[in-house]
Amino acid sequence: MSTATLQPPSEESRPAPMEVNYLDVEYGVKSWLLTTDHKRIALLYLISITIMFFLGGAFIAVVRTHLLTPSGALLDADTYNKFFTMHGIIMVFFFLIPAVPAVLGNFLLPMMIGAKDLAFPRLNLLSWYLYMFGAAFTLWAVLSGGVDTGWTFYTPYSTASSHTNVIPAALGIFITGFSSILTGLNFIVTTHRMRAPGLTWFRLPLMVWSLYATSIIMLLGTPVLACTILLLAIERTLGIGIFDPALGGDPILFQHLFWFYSHPAVYIMILPGMGVISEVIPCFSRKNIYGYSFVAFSSVAIAVFGFLVWGHHMFVAGQSVFAAMVFSLLSYLVAIPSAIKVFTWTATLYKGSIAFDTPMLYAFGFIAMFTVGGLTGLFLAALGLNVHVHDTYFVIAHFHFIMVGGMVMAYMSGLHFWWPKMTGRMYPEGWGRLAALIIFVGFVLTFLPQFVVGYLGMPRRSHHYAPEFQVLNVMSTAGASILSVGYVLPLVYLIWSLGYGKLAGPNPWKATGLEWQTPSPPPPDNFAVTPTVTEAPYQYAKGVNVVG
Amino acid sequence: MDSVPLFPEQATAHAEQVDALFFFLLLVSGFFIALIAGLLVYFSIKYRRRSDADRPAATASSLKLELTWFLIPLPIALFIYIWGAQLYFSWARPPDDCMEIYVVGKQWMWKFQHLRGQREINELHVSVDQPVKLTMISQDVIHSFFVPAFRIHQDVLPGRYTTVWFQATKPGKYHLFCSQYCGTDHSRMVGTVIVMEKRDFEIWLAAGGDGSMAAEGRKLFQKLQCVTCHSADARARAPVLEDLFGAAVHLKDGRTVQADDGYLRESILDPDAKIVAGFQSIMPSYKGLIDEEEIAQLTAFIKSLRPGQTPRRNEEAEPPLALPIPRKTP
Repeated sequence: MSTATLQPPSEESRPAPMEVNYLDVEYGVKSWLLTTDHKRIALLYLISITIMFFLGGAFIAVVRTHLLTPSGALLDADTYNKFFTMHGIIMVFFFLIPAVPAVLGNFLLPMMIGAKDLAFPRLNLLSWYLYMFGAAFTLWAVLSGGVDTGWTFYTPYSTASSHTNVIPAALGIFITGFSSILTGLNFIVTTHRMRAPGLTWFRLPLMVWSLYATSIIMLLGTPVLACTILLLAIERTLGIGIFDPALGGDPILFQHLFWFYSHPAVYIMILPGMGVISEVIPCFSRKNIYGYSFVAFSSVAIAVFGFLVWGHHMFVAGQSVFAAMVFSLLSYLVAIPSAIKVFTWTATLYKGSIAFDTPMLYAFGFIAMFTVGGLTGLFLAALGLNVHVHDTYFVIAHFHFIMVGGMVMAYMSGLHFWWPKMTGRMYPEGWGRLAALIIFVGFVLTFLPQFVVGYLGMPRRSHHYAPEFQVLNVMSTAGASILSVGYVLPLVYLIWSLGYGKLAGPNPWKATGLEWQTPSPPPPDNFAVTPTVTEAPYQYAKGVNVVG
Repeated sequence: MDSVPLFPEQATAHAEQVDALFFFLLLVSGFFIALIAGLLVYFSIKYRRRSDADRPAATASSLKLELTWFLIPLPIALFIYIWGAQLYFSWARPPDDCMEIYVVGKQWMWKFQHLRGQREINELHVSVDQPVKLTMISQDVIHSFFVPAFRIHQDVLPGRYTTVWFQATKPGKYHLFCSQYCGTDHSRMVGTVIVMEKRDFEIWLAAGGDGSMAAEGRKLFQKLQCVTCHSADARARAPVLEDLFGAAVHLKDGRTVQADDGYLRESILDPDAKIVAGFQSIMPSYKGLIDEEEIAQLTAFIKSLRPGQTPRRNEEAEPPLALPIPRKTP
């Protein structure tokens, strides 16, 4: 999206060096911990989730090493169970869910709509504190002995059988949930109320559409998780029967409540990633996005349908055949908007001018991995087939293709794309491409064998496994070690670039979009003058005002 | 088993049907992956940026194309849906001539009881070509009964029976896994399903076991003094249980339920939940006095009970374990 006067922004519009930006407007720890600037809060989140990502990664690195031999090389059963549980809890609740919305969304949403900040800046800071408080709670649970229920906390195991720190871990998630709720609320209000003059809904960048759809899920879904955790805590501490049949409860009820949030949560994780891809692909192919309104509405459709498919996690749990049929049908319907997005991104490349900078490499990786993840979702949604692969490594591979192959690649794509905007410095392009390649290779080698071993019947969460599964597990562990190199590289070169990277200038990618029409790093108030928008987004190509 | 298999054994007809759908899906996925990856590579080469001054022309989107890629995946998805649902039906509906086996899952073992009386732990012997229905319950947390070679899978819940059935077509030994995480030794909660030739199985079945499940249940029926009230004579204070299994039972509150395994189990543990029309709620709960295996034995006995077969009340027997507590009738 560009204004009438700035088209396209170029090196000449680089600001005078004396101008203050959001990073050097104030100094000191206090100026960060009490900031209400959405950009600074985004960086606080960036640091926090990066720590959580590597922590969650460390747990799974040990688990994968353990799985090198059928009887387990490293850990005893209890420790193993705690490690995969903590990997899941940390990655899902403290990395995947906040990653794109809280880091990139926080930074970009106001800038993309030409606003000075989010609608409720102090609420935004509170969200970060809630996140940190929740994370601290969970870390305390981890350090003081860990928790072994799996990230799913299934009852009655979690309420009646586990002797680990279930309550502190669950309370950490409960608290962090409020961070999600408040962020969602903040984004929704901001999108409705703070758009720049002329920025109509159909001139919004698709990233804003996906953040909006995500926020709806955060706002409506997360309270259900909070209730579920409270009920779990009540049963575990007070012995009031809710889920445990020995106390007169129903264990399936827990699964319904849990997945009512946790399935839409999958879309909390992937939708913002889809938004990132919808920004990166037009920029690096210099094309308007193909079928803008289809992409925008598919985000909303995913958010709505995403609430109606939770039962597909329970096809062998003992729910009725009728319920299973309905959930399976709806799961197929939710696949359609995702398929539309993949086709649209591909079509956008047609007759473009394609450059292969790091963000674009990750975007390609995203499309490929998301396609595989989505298609294997069709396997899982097929009732009769699900009966076989349920709770096996097939499921593990499927959702890692979506979450890691999809979401993490999208996050990396977005991080590299907007890194110059956030820091004012370029990352080293060669290292960036190399890391993207390593991650791609490592990822495929880690998770493709898991489809095979899953169809063979290896159950998930196995401390031990049958000897005939070993070769595939060794392949997977080999892939994971390549993957870990791929993740450490960006950590190193991105930090390096803070001091030594090339100065980026306001718009290194010659991108449209309001965020590129202000200096990098942006001034505290984002824009010197509130921009006025006169045309549709993604005006990269020749031919004016083509709405996709 | 081969050293490095890439595909699981097929030991049931159901497995072959599931695999057919699996291969169809592989084909569909392969097509779409090739299409998307092919286009990505082709466009990347053909439309790579040759000069920094490149500025391609905008493409207006065509509604026709948009509708095409909406309308082509839709029927494919519905077709897969129906195929999958059909397999699910056959998995969920056991045939009538099933041999029944009772399964109790507990941390961390599988216990099996055959109607003829054999009991096994972590090993399940069955006959080839014989449909087998498992009625399963857990004594603690949720487990899941998973035999990859049969392509069947069913969670085993505490407090409620679930069932699963299969008909093995190939003698051999097959993995049995618990696939629902259930605590410390979850991954040691494994076993073997041993599919035997019909004759071998008959020999095996005849060799072990003291009495049939029904006979064990009959002993319990007397020992627990069920017979005192369910006596099927003029002094009976409780419903006659002969020919009860599978019949419709009219309840006091006007509902009608079918007498199945779940109903019998509930009536033993929580007698007040469903009171038969015309009777008082005088039966005490047997919760804590009887375990899941014994409940299954009692159920097997009740199932076998034909008219006139209710045991005589044994006047010399000890008094009931728990005295009937008179309750206020609402």
